[in-house]
Amino acid sequence: MAATETTGKTTGKTAGTTPRATAAPLRWLRRNVVILAGLATLAYLILPNVVVMVFSFNKPHGRFNYQWQQFSTDAWTDPCGVADLCGSLGLSLQIAVWATVGATVLGTMIAFALARYRFRARAGVNTLIFLPMAMPEVVMAASLATLFLNMGIQFGFWTILIAHIMFCLSFVVTAVKARVMSMDPRLEQAAQDLYASPVQTFLRVTLPIAAPGIASGALLSFALSFDDFIITNFNAGSTVTFPMFVWGSAQRGTPVQINVIGTAMFLVAVLCVLAGQMAGTRRKRSKK
Amino acid sequence: MTATEAPAPPESDATEPPALRRTPTRKRLVPYWLLLPGILWLLVFFAAPLVYQASTSLQTGSLEEGFKVTWHLATYWDALGEYWPQFVRSMGYAGIATALCLLLGYPLAYLIAFKAGRWRNVVMMLVIAPFFTSFLIRTLAWKTILADGGPVVGALNSLHILDVTSALGITEGHRVLATPLAVVCGLTYNFLPFMILPLYTSLERIDPRLHEAAGDLYARPVTTFRRVTFPLSMPGVVAGTLLTFIPAAGDYINAELLGSTDQKMIGNVIQSQFLRVLDYPTAAALSFILMAAILAMVTIYIRKSGTEDLV
Repeated sequence: MAATETTGKTTGKTAGTTPRATAAPLRWLRRNVVILAGLATLAYLILPNVVVMVFSFNKPHGRFNYQWQQFSTDAWTDPCGVADLCGSLGLSLQIAVWATVGATVLGTMIAFALARYRFRARAGVNTLIFLPMAMPEVVMAASLATLFLNMGIQFGFWTILIAHIMFCLSFVVTAVKARVMSMDPRLEQAAQDLYASPVQTFLRVTLPIAAPGIASGALLSFALSFDDFIITNFNAGSTVTFPMFVWGSAQRGTPVQINVIGTAMFLVAVLCVLAGQMAGTRRKRSKK
Repeated sequence: MTATEAPAPPESDATEPPALRRTPTRKRLVPYWLLLPGILWLLVFFAAPLVYQASTSLQTGSLEEGFKVTWHLATYWDALGEYWPQFVRSMGYAGIATALCLLLGYPLAYLIAFKAGRWRNVVMMLVIAPFFTSFLIRTLAWKTILADGGPVVGALNSLHILDVTSALGITEGHRVLATPLAVVCGLTYNFLPFMILPLYTSLERIDPRLHEAAGDLYARPVTTFRRVTFPLSMPGVVAGTLLTFIPAAGDYINAELLGSTDQKMIGNVIQSQFLRVLDYPTAAALSFILMAAILAMVTIYIRKSGTEDLV
């Protein structure tokens, strides 16, 4: 097999050198096929965002914003012009913040226990953490709603928050655990050798090292909670979060303001990432 | 469950001085205190509901008269008998979408890991950034992209591709929306980042010197990929396919927004049984079947691909 491959290589070379004019574009194509395919996928990923952005400047004739009619900045100058839209956005942000806080605190505690201690029922805990991530959202959503129904709990803000903390928890544990596990335990030993108390060691050494993991877990929680639809759909009752508003508007008519909010969220996220990167490079430079 | 298993103070330590004994016991309890709130949360709001769900699926009754556990197993048979097409369709769509995600995502993950150079962070950001526009809004954008009079459908029509796909039953007539193609396209789009990120993570770990070594040993690029790169990226492939398949199989958003009644998936059935028909036993039975099917498939898949340490 190796032999045929080497001959294949040499013949390929000679074939490539003789009819140069026709083979050159082909060869270029062959060499860059991975890059081209990757860029095509990237375009597929970005295309809807571009459409959302472009259609935020649309002025649709009917109730639905699916066809381009004419340029207008009406929606951008009046983003809250649709009833309930900004209220739902505020509610989503509020839930996302509290869900992030709850999931991050509980998840970080579990992650430290798993990464640092040996204890019984370890395998059981690991399974309990893994299962929510391996479960289709509909299943979790329907079963939690069944529980609330049977216990006669009123659906609303609190049921949504409980559900969000539940499904964000596992993601925080995974993110923080990975970071704590890769941490050099000798750093903590060194701190203790230098007479740091356990609390000092934790606050001055362990926590700063674990911080990136905690931050990425928190960020993920925020994004997941803010954007969650399926679990919220089952556990919200008549409470309307932003995704619920968008879902409803898909039936009733999509206001352009939805696209404005979507685009604004996208731009804010990109700016945050850019700012983070700039801060990171500056820190690196100042360290040098 | 775990919280109650906190170890009782062992008797063997009784001979030691009390001051020495207390610290280790307290220390031994630390992980349990750390675990307690989070695990309790998961037990009450994740595990207990699943048990509740199981009992609900065995109940009969109506909203007016109330539901009672009657061990009515026929609910399962009736639900499967009535909704097996949606069930099969869910698995089919999710499977195809996962395969497409792998096919589309691999080159991009490879590009970011090995070819992007100083553009790496920019490309990475472009992969993650769509996450920050609500995915419902992005799915609705596909309605615009695939609209009947739009450029995409126009191009596919003039190339007679839609004639071929219609003959294959993937599309209907001269449109893409409200066909299986639209739903699979939406599913693929929505879960593509879940494929790309784990693929990238495992590709990035590969030592580039392995590629050089393969080249030095006269392997062509294709052979290098087949014998070195791809096998080493298997953990990413396994994680990516799971992260794509599981949510895709339970999804009902794409089928609802981009499909018609002929593309309804099992998620749509569960949702309407639960929220509109209010037939809780059927909804519970269906979600239980879905959960069992997915857990079984995931277990077999993980065993077969030999990456059990993934969990």
